[in-house]
Amino acid sequence: MLRSRITPCLLVHRKGLVKTVNFKEPKYVGDPINAVKIFNEKEVDELIVLDIDATKEKRGPDFTLIRNLAAECRMPFCYGGGVSSVEQARKIISLGAEKVALSSAVINNPFLCKEIGNAVGVQSVVVVLDVRKRKLLGGYDIFTHNGKVKSKRKFKEFIVELNHIGVGEIVVNSIDNDGKMTGYDMELATLVRDLCDTPITILGGAGSLDHIKKIITKFKVIGAAAGSLFVFKGKYKAVLINYPNREEKFPLY
Amino acid sequence: MIGIINYGSGNIEAITNIYNRLNIECKVINKLAEFDGVDRLVLPGVGSFDECMKQLIDSGFKEKLNKLVLESKIPILGICIGMHIMANSSEEGDLEGLGWIPGKVKKFDKTLLVNKPYLPHMGWNNINNIHNHIIFTGVNENQGFYFVHSYYYECKNEQNILTVCNYGLDFSSSIFNENIFGMQFHPEKSHSNGENLLNNFAKLDIC
Repeated sequence: MLRSRITPCLLVHRKGLVKTVNFKEPKYVGDPINAVKIFNEKEVDELIVLDIDATKEKRGPDFTLIRNLAAECRMPFCYGGGVSSVEQARKIISLGAEKVALSSAVINNPFLCKEIGNAVGVQSVVVVLDVRKRKLLGGYDIFTHNGKVKSKRKFKEFIVELNHIGVGEIVVNSIDNDGKMTGYDMELATLVRDLCDTPITILGGAGSLDHIKKIITKFKVIGAAAGSLFVFKGKYKAVLINYPNREEKFPLY
Repeated sequence: MIGIINYGSGNIEAITNIYNRLNIECKVINKLAEFDGVDRLVLPGVGSFDECMKQLIDSGFKEKLNKLVLESKIPILGICIGMHIMANSSEEGDLEGLGWIPGKVKKFDKTLLVNKPYLPHMGWNNINNIHNHIIFTGVNENQGFYFVHSYYYECKNEQNILTVCNYGLDFSSSIFNENIFGMQFHPEKSHSNGENLLNNFAKLDIC
């Protein structure tokens, strides 16, 4: 049986790993390479690493870091942050990453997905959308630059457009739920699942294995990603890299 | 010495990374002369069926591989599209395959699948080691392997099927014929299972 993917998502800020709350208050949680070594031991399904400085600082991806991370990873590894060209994407894949995550560049120019897909294979193209719930009108808005810049694109229409262009995966990240550990935005997940048949991964809000079980039970095959859940332990949020072992993981499906 | 065949813009780094960690000698083969001194081969796969076949033909690798694999019986491991091109033909392309293991590559039938996303078959799936082959020593079948593909290999002869996996239908997740092995999944992305398999392949006593 094809299993849902349970994926840690790590954020890189000033060369270290951080975890945010609502995309703010980055808290240092450790060294990226060291974290990957631990996640290898724990046999995580997949790993997403996002450089949250690149787009804000108007620079490209850190290829040295990517090379070092990819050399360690024994699982599919997805890298994002500052990727805006076919050449950058090609280089990231050639360094040993399985997937390349795109966000602000494809929100500006969705056709870039197609170009990168032609170069590295559609299955390796991941689009990450950071979204915030609209307070009064309902629905969601897309943001870039770590939640600071609101995009003009309409969320639902953009999901349909990406599905039509053809991408390997859509990661939807809830800014409202980021770091809250109170559960996924199930309404958001349902909306995205209904709009497309591309593989999707939901990020933002997972605080326990029960939250993961709930989303897998509802959607059967889905990507359940989490940051805080896999880097913090206990109610005081002590930094401790963790991940369910096989005995804990298999009952979740 | 294991030769990892580079015939395009593929992700070969993931495979060399594993062999480096295992302290097993390997090298990347970029041109014909580099086949010298190699006693087994890994054929990774990237892109589409026709692209891969075209690269193999244009580089002169096809002829060389036929000689090494069919005459000298050097063990070879094809991964994903690297497995598909061992077939006679594919629904994904028009070119003729290598024809090493009789079969045809077909696209998954979406109508057999119940849950979105239908294609590709992407993620971790368990395998059933029906042949109990030594190359799967130390592999946990329930943990399985990482897959990402929309096409599967339909073997003509059942005796070539090494393991099966299910996605809407039962398909061959790995196949073999003497010194020739094809894996649909990605051992280079599959933790200890993949590492065990690549290690077993490196130590396989076949010649």
